[in-house]
Amino acid sequence: MTTTTHDHDHDHAHHGPAKGITRWLYTTNHKDIGTMYLWFSFAMFLLGGSFAMVIRAELFQPGLQLVQPEFFNQMTTMHGLIMVFGAVMPAFVGLANWMIPMMVGAPDMALPRMNNLSFWILPFAFAMLASTLFMDGGAPNFGWTFYAPLSTTYAPDSVTFFIFAVHIMGASSIMGAINIIATILNMRAPGMTLMKMPLFVWTWLITAYLLIAVMPVLAGVVTMMLMDIHFGTAFFNAAGGGSPVLFQHVFWFFGHPEVYIMILPAFGIVSAIIPAFARKQLFGYSSMVYATASIAFLSFIVWAHHMFTVGIPFLGEAFFMWSTMLIAVPTGVKVFNWVTTMFRGSMTFETPMLFAVCFVVLFTIGGFSGLMLAVAPADFQYHDTYFVVAHFHYVLVPGAVFSIMAAVYYWLPKWSGKMYNETLGKVHFWLSFIGVNVLFFPQHFLGLAGMPRRIPDYALQFADFNMISSMGGFLFGASQLLFLYIVVNTVVAGKPAPAKPWDGAEGLEWTVDSPAPYHTFSTPPKID
Amino acid sequence: MQRRLLRAGAVMAALLVGSAAQADWQFNMPKGVTDISQEVYGLHMLIFWVCVIIGIAVFGVMFYAMFKHRKSKGAVSSNFHESTKVELAWTLIPAVVIFAVGVRATFTLADMYDVDNADMTVEITGYQWRWRYRYINEADPDAEVDYFSSLSTSRDEINNRLAKNENYLLEVDQPLVLPVGQKVRFVLTAADVIHSWWVPELAVKKDAIPGMANEAWTVINEPGTYRGQCTELCGRDHGFMPVVVEAVSQAEFDEWLAGKQEEARQVAELTNQEWSVEQLVERGRGVYQSACASCHQPDGSGIPGAFPAMTGSPIVTGDIQGHIDIVFNGVPGTAMQAFGDQLSPVDLAAVITFERNALGNNMGDMVEPIDILNLNASE
Repeated sequence: MTTTTHDHDHDHAHHGPAKGITRWLYTTNHKDIGTMYLWFSFAMFLLGGSFAMVIRAELFQPGLQLVQPEFFNQMTTMHGLIMVFGAVMPAFVGLANWMIPMMVGAPDMALPRMNNLSFWILPFAFAMLASTLFMDGGAPNFGWTFYAPLSTTYAPDSVTFFIFAVHIMGASSIMGAINIIATILNMRAPGMTLMKMPLFVWTWLITAYLLIAVMPVLAGVVTMMLMDIHFGTAFFNAAGGGSPVLFQHVFWFFGHPEVYIMILPAFGIVSAIIPAFARKQLFGYSSMVYATASIAFLSFIVWAHHMFTVGIPFLGEAFFMWSTMLIAVPTGVKVFNWVTTMFRGSMTFETPMLFAVCFVVLFTIGGFSGLMLAVAPADFQYHDTYFVVAHFHYVLVPGAVFSIMAAVYYWLPKWSGKMYNETLGKVHFWLSFIGVNVLFFPQHFLGLAGMPRRIPDYALQFADFNMISSMGGFLFGASQLLFLYIVVNTVVAGKPAPAKPWDGAEGLEWTVDSPAPYHTFSTPPKID
Repeated sequence: MQRRLLRAGAVMAALLVGSAAQADWQFNMPKGVTDISQEVYGLHMLIFWVCVIIGIAVFGVMFYAMFKHRKSKGAVSSNFHESTKVELAWTLIPAVVIFAVGVRATFTLADMYDVDNADMTVEITGYQWRWRYRYINEADPDAEVDYFSSLSTSRDEINNRLAKNENYLLEVDQPLVLPVGQKVRFVLTAADVIHSWWVPELAVKKDAIPGMANEAWTVINEPGTYRGQCTELCGRDHGFMPVVVEAVSQAEFDEWLAGKQEEARQVAELTNQEWSVEQLVERGRGVYQSACASCHQPDGSGIPGAFPAMTGSPIVTGDIQGHIDIVFNGVPGTAMQAFGDQLSPVDLAAVITFERNALGNNMGDMVEPIDILNLNASE
């Protein structure tokens, strides 16, 4: 995949960004919008992270010290909602905005005005969600999975604002997904066939279809809640002939694909970074594509593994156990491919590679505990304990979040035209790596020993591991302030970066200058 | 640096292996005291070791490559990037391994679902935030034993004013008592939100869902006290509704059951007594603390925006019939439960009288248990 024309189109130099705040408010430029998504998601990451610090501080010792149970439940709920919908998803959309047009040789996203809209409704959604903390009765306190009837009949009044916020986030995600699909399918440079696309583009294409399929389901389930709360329906109210279990089926039909929405783009990022630093072509490109598609398909038929203790009939239980275990096969293919790509390469370990390698190891550990959770009889013991908390944090933090950090270090020279400080980057990696493992590994033991999740206080035998976990949490949280410093320092005072700072990197984005000009590929590049 | 990564990997592997070897240190799942719990433990260890072996193989190759195939050691990259044979192998081999685990798990699952031929049935109902146990007795419904089981850890311990005892947060006023060696069927449901009843040593975890009757079963092999907790987020005091099961011999169980039935008869007799305001207030104080105080607060001040105050409440200081009605039937669509079928007539009368004559209220009136009983009959 090489290009013959560079984007040195000086005729367009006068189409630079507008000055002042209007540049950001009215922009339809994919790079500006990508930047805003990334900064927004980082702000949400710090906000959601500060809620996690409250949780870990309260759990530092047995007994109630800092907060009351009512507020603790608001913290667990807001932490989950903000991290899922505010930090991880917008970060991937930001990366998609920045990189997909450049990777496929397109001048911008296919629907630039909608792109602006899909970003700018997000701050309102999250401002509304965060404002519930100051309302009478408090913020949503029913967990990010908001199971009815705790989230309907028994919910605080602020639940209505939560529902509206989720609707807006969903609309934003759907618009983003439509935009990404339209860009990938219509705006590829001549010669950029589907099977020549970088894997990040492939994984995002599949993710976008998942979003379009399940975000309306989420909108549906919160609308049913709204009807139950305000308009006298009884979808989830047993006393009115409804069923709380219906809620869980609808929610997890959204929720399980959602899990893959948060990890498939990460697969794409890691599939770009590992070959670059192993100086060796990605092993099994086409099997990577097929594995991603298989995972996406399977994600629609495994939802009830979140509900093994709900009382599903035996055959249903067995079906969901088998289909869930099957996901290990295509996921395994991916891990094997990454390892084989590294094998007999010529590796160096700059910060992006460190995060990517760490992703492979720790995501796989999260995958292993996922395989354990798939075994339904054993799940009766694991379900809703800290074992589950450890599992999904392993796939989401050193999984999704580390992949985003890897991506930032990898592409920051392209975005800013400046090189980050390698030593500080490595310090950030090692602090995060140690912090994340001290934080989440002991939670496996807590869960197996019997500690339920979402409790503000616990029995004495859980005290030691909770204290260790909290200390890891504080270390991990503090390390992210270093990340903020590194990025700001790079943008303000970094050394100029060459067009291609990584000698093994492949792809069209490295054929344009650093920083990438405001408009790239106004004339499509030719792909051999 | 990769040496540090290697070392970190080794520490993690040691921790993983440690979790198997040091079950006594509460690193691992308990083996439990039922045949099913031991089977589940076996499955857990099987899938765990499968993961460890795959992990050692994959990470072994990876760390070898990271150590050997680095640019600083002069490694030159190869350019192989496909191999149908290898890719086929690492698709099929995991599939076969998973199939083998799946078969064993399916048989265990079938066992766990077989609730037939139970020797006795206990109905478990989840309330915010306590459990209710009802020993089904189809032969003599009047002799059914039916009681609530609430956390007995004091607020002083929770709020760090007293030293925490060894069963902190895992102790209740009245445990669920079960005979060993008998197949006990559980029927689970809930009165308000979803709860989940879990005892790790029995490997029984089942959601208690309003409007639904779930089933589970156990045969406990060894006498003892087994502790668990609610595992489905059920509101504010989710962390404060433990499960305690006391497994005893059949003879001890029969004796305990007879005692419980006698207790129920005595409470029924109390209903027909004449009561003074003072007596009712005295009894009502305890009832209020166990049934009402977690929402309306021990001093009756409530929580603004969530739970109304008792002190000066228009209902409590208004017409007594309205007060009785709301305690009896609850307020549909809110957290206020219908206590009519949760409390005995004596306790209902006591708590209503208490609320009207304590917590800063001074109405001077009362309701007799017998009136509640009549109300019960007329409903």
